[in-house]
Amino acid sequence: MARIRTTVDGLVYEDDVEPRMLLVQYLRERLGKTGTVIGCDTSNCGACTVHLDGLSVKSCSVLAVQANGSEVLTVEGLERDGQLHPVQQAFHDNHALQCGYCTPGMIMQSIDLLGDNPDPSEQEVREGIEGNLCRCTGYQNIVRAVQDAAQKMKPGASQAAPVGGGA
Amino acid sequence: MTTVENNAPAQEIGRDRRRKEDRRLITGRTRWTDNQALTGLLHISIVRSPFAHAEIGSIDTSAAKQVPGVVAVYTASDIGADAVQLPCAWPITKDMKSPQRPALAGSRVNFAGEGVAVVVARTAAAAKDAAELVEVDYSELEPVLDMEEALKEGATLVHPELGTNENAQWVFDSGEAGSGGSAAEAIAAAEKADDQVVITRRFRQQRLVPVFMEPRSTVVDPTGEQLVMWSSTQVPHILKTMLALTLGLPEHKIRVIAPDVGGGFGGKLAVAPEEVVTLLVAQKLGKPVKWTETRSESLLTAHHGRDQIQDLTVAVTKDGVIKGLDVKLLADMGAYLGLVGPGVPILGAFMFNAIYKIPAYRFDCTNVFTTKTLTDAYRGAGRPEATFGIERMMDEVAVELGIEPMELRKRNWIKHEEFPYTTVSTLTYDTGNYEAATDQAMSMFDYDGLRREQEERRKRGDVKQLGLGISTFTEMCGLAPSRVLGSLDYGAGGWETASIRMLPTGKAEVVVGVSPHGQGHETAFSQIIADKLGIPFDDVEILHGDTQSSYRGLDTYGSRSLAVGGIAMVKAAEKVVEKAKPIAAHMLEASEDDIEFTAGKFSVKGTDKGVGIQDVALAVFAAHDYPEGIEPDIDAHATFDPENFSYPHGTHLCAVEVDTETGFVQLHKYVCVDDVGTVINPLIVEGQIHGGLAQGIAQALFEDAPYDESGTLLSGTLVDYTLPSAADLINFDTANTPTPSTTNPLGVKGVGEAGTIASTPAVVNAVLDAVRQYGVKDIDMPTTPFRVWTAINSAKGTGTQADEANVASPGAGLGSMAKSDSVKNQGGAL
Repeated sequence: MARIRTTVDGLVYEDDVEPRMLLVQYLRERLGKTGTVIGCDTSNCGACTVHLDGLSVKSCSVLAVQANGSEVLTVEGLERDGQLHPVQQAFHDNHALQCGYCTPGMIMQSIDLLGDNPDPSEQEVREGIEGNLCRCTGYQNIVRAVQDAAQKMKPGASQAAPVGGGA
Repeated sequence: MTTVENNAPAQEIGRDRRRKEDRRLITGRTRWTDNQALTGLLHISIVRSPFAHAEIGSIDTSAAKQVPGVVAVYTASDIGADAVQLPCAWPITKDMKSPQRPALAGSRVNFAGEGVAVVVARTAAAAKDAAELVEVDYSELEPVLDMEEALKEGATLVHPELGTNENAQWVFDSGEAGSGGSAAEAIAAAEKADDQVVITRRFRQQRLVPVFMEPRSTVVDPTGEQLVMWSSTQVPHILKTMLALTLGLPEHKIRVIAPDVGGGFGGKLAVAPEEVVTLLVAQKLGKPVKWTETRSESLLTAHHGRDQIQDLTVAVTKDGVIKGLDVKLLADMGAYLGLVGPGVPILGAFMFNAIYKIPAYRFDCTNVFTTKTLTDAYRGAGRPEATFGIERMMDEVAVELGIEPMELRKRNWIKHEEFPYTTVSTLTYDTGNYEAATDQAMSMFDYDGLRREQEERRKRGDVKQLGLGISTFTEMCGLAPSRVLGSLDYGAGGWETASIRMLPTGKAEVVVGVSPHGQGHETAFSQIIADKLGIPFDDVEILHGDTQSSYRGLDTYGSRSLAVGGIAMVKAAEKVVEKAKPIAAHMLEASEDDIEFTAGKFSVKGTDKGVGIQDVALAVFAAHDYPEGIEPDIDAHATFDPENFSYPHGTHLCAVEVDTETGFVQLHKYVCVDDVGTVINPLIVEGQIHGGLAQGIAQALFEDAPYDESGTLLSGTLVDYTLPSAADLINFDTANTPTPSTTNPLGVKGVGEAGTIASTPAVVNAVLDAVRQYGVKDIDMPTTPFRVWTAINSAKGTGTQADEANVASPGAGLGSMAKSDSVKNQGGAL
């Protein structure tokens, strides 16, 4: 067992974990952060994507011990005072989800993408979320949502919110 | 009592409402089955066979039992899992051969991945660790992998006790049925006639995996009066009844809950062995138990789809009029029969004739057992296979006869003035307009412009050549009229049920028997109820997926939720209004005959007196003053049994760019104009089309579930089973030309499967259209760069034929379990 201390969605946690425990397992099984889900065993699907110190990671590819001393942001930590993050809002507005299983990872990856590129073209969005698989939507509305969010998040746009939204 | 005011709510049907479902899903407040955390919950891991076909010798569980946290290790017989007969609800013929399908194999495994033992532990990790220590002695048998070989005399038998690898043969002949002529005679006549030709083709429908994003998961809590099963299923009602029938449990002692379910696409239309094993272990230990599969387990053992060899023969006049169609299919069932598996190819029997007026038709399907994962419903189920066969064939005929492919279709399709039209396969298409959909699609696509560009690229000899593909499809969905299902020997009806509970405050709880897993039912159904009862959209709650609240239903598959379930809701709403009417009349001190209902208000004809239906709900709750002889209750329940299937159709046009130096196929443009009848929510309909297209296109270009010569699945991870990502697809141009269905009061048709059914042949036709100029005749799906490059170079005689097996990557993933020389192997827990 190894002792780790992390900040997850703004709260500090200290736990003893098996060294082999994955970050996604720690989030789901120890912290009850079941908003983050597991979709594959090979880091292909991206359903488990979270932010680790402000950068998107597939939490199935990070050990819990690697998050020691770090800040983790999950889809559950995006809302601010009951206000959805602009990317969450854009996913709703553009019907960018159906079953919703890939959605937490897709939203976290999209926020990361917009941090790197605040005004991506359609192709840049497609390439930026290439590591996240969706089986329901055919991606078209996801791409539209990300571009919509980009417009809403532009400086001066009415619905301002922090890109990357660190915990 | 209020005065009627003209403040009727806006019409909800047809609005692009944003979904009610989204808020929880975008904030992570979800209820996937694997999220369940009950006190004392135990976890199981299933020990699975690495061999496709083997006798099971001894199983040594001693080492596994020593792992800290392990509660028990059971072989099949320890929990009676070997004696279970998992259900097949569709015996397609009276003499169908049906093997016993156990929940865990007792003496013999029949596909790689079949479960042989189960480990129960405090944590999922401990269960997996211990599963790897279970030692199983296997004596390998010959795998059975090729359908044609499997049917030959002396072939190794998957199930020796059946005496054959043939599951069943199912034949429809329009000459015998009286719905048309004899296809054999039409073909024989064409062979002799100077003005006709006979064209024969073989197409391969590769094996696919549904790959719902949420891996399957089941939790069973046996500690209450009712045994509760949460499961990631499309079919909680069927599952409950089948568990009762299969395990001999009293049906009223079982409650099945489908909480949030992350996609299904037919893949969760099942009674899974793992659901039964979880239940048996929970019963044995008297503790709640959870099973959650890994993705590799899912790819290996959740049912697959498609997998047919299709031999089509068409008799056609030289000016392009089809005189007869003969279809001969081999359909791979895999090792066992799934819930509806044998019937899946039979659904195609009614669809090979598609939108065409074919005077003579024969369909002859033989289902074959192999030592592979079983096949069952996958989005479209039988209809994509049929649509692919006929739409590929139409292009082949067009090429043979030198007729423009859309022109050939026009010469054969049912004209809009000919509806309703009874087809050669005995279905009656109620409405449709193939000309309207086609005209709009051709215009949106700029068909003529793209043909010119194609010609220019050919003349220039561009590296990137353009190909245009067509698919003018229809399908039968909205499963299904119960009597028709009965005539097809299906084991259940096709009706659907809805109940409306009017609460004292005027809100409505609508309990539905269909079970969503991404379709947006809560939103679309709320729109219907809001209109039918004249109450606000936000005052409607759709309850589903729990057999305790929704005790009656047949669940979600076959694009039935709206076309059948939606109509049950309409009928229930009509009953609510009927029941409320005498009470409203009583409240208004008027005769019931003088009461009319519009936009949520009962009013007295010719007066301004009225009362809202929500006020009536409160009045019957108080029940202080209501008419004699009736019950103080306006709740209602309705069951709708459709009189016909629904027949969406559409014209799909695809342009691809084929890089002739690499074989890479790039989608260039995709236009589809669909007729799905009345649209309840255009946003949701468009989303269904998009997602359907992605899956159909994926069959054409990307996905395949091949087995190696020892019966090992080569695509056992998402590294190898290549779902399209956002970067692999393009934006689709979609539109609608609705002709409302006349067989249901909403005028709706199904939409869930349309995109998948239509798109595959459009893409493959486009790929071939690009490369036929080099002499390429056909390319098997998926049309990967390797296959396209090989086809071009083989046809040109410029390339050496490479060995495709060398480009597969066995061993690359967890699911690629290499064959071992040793017969003694540790069961691999995946």
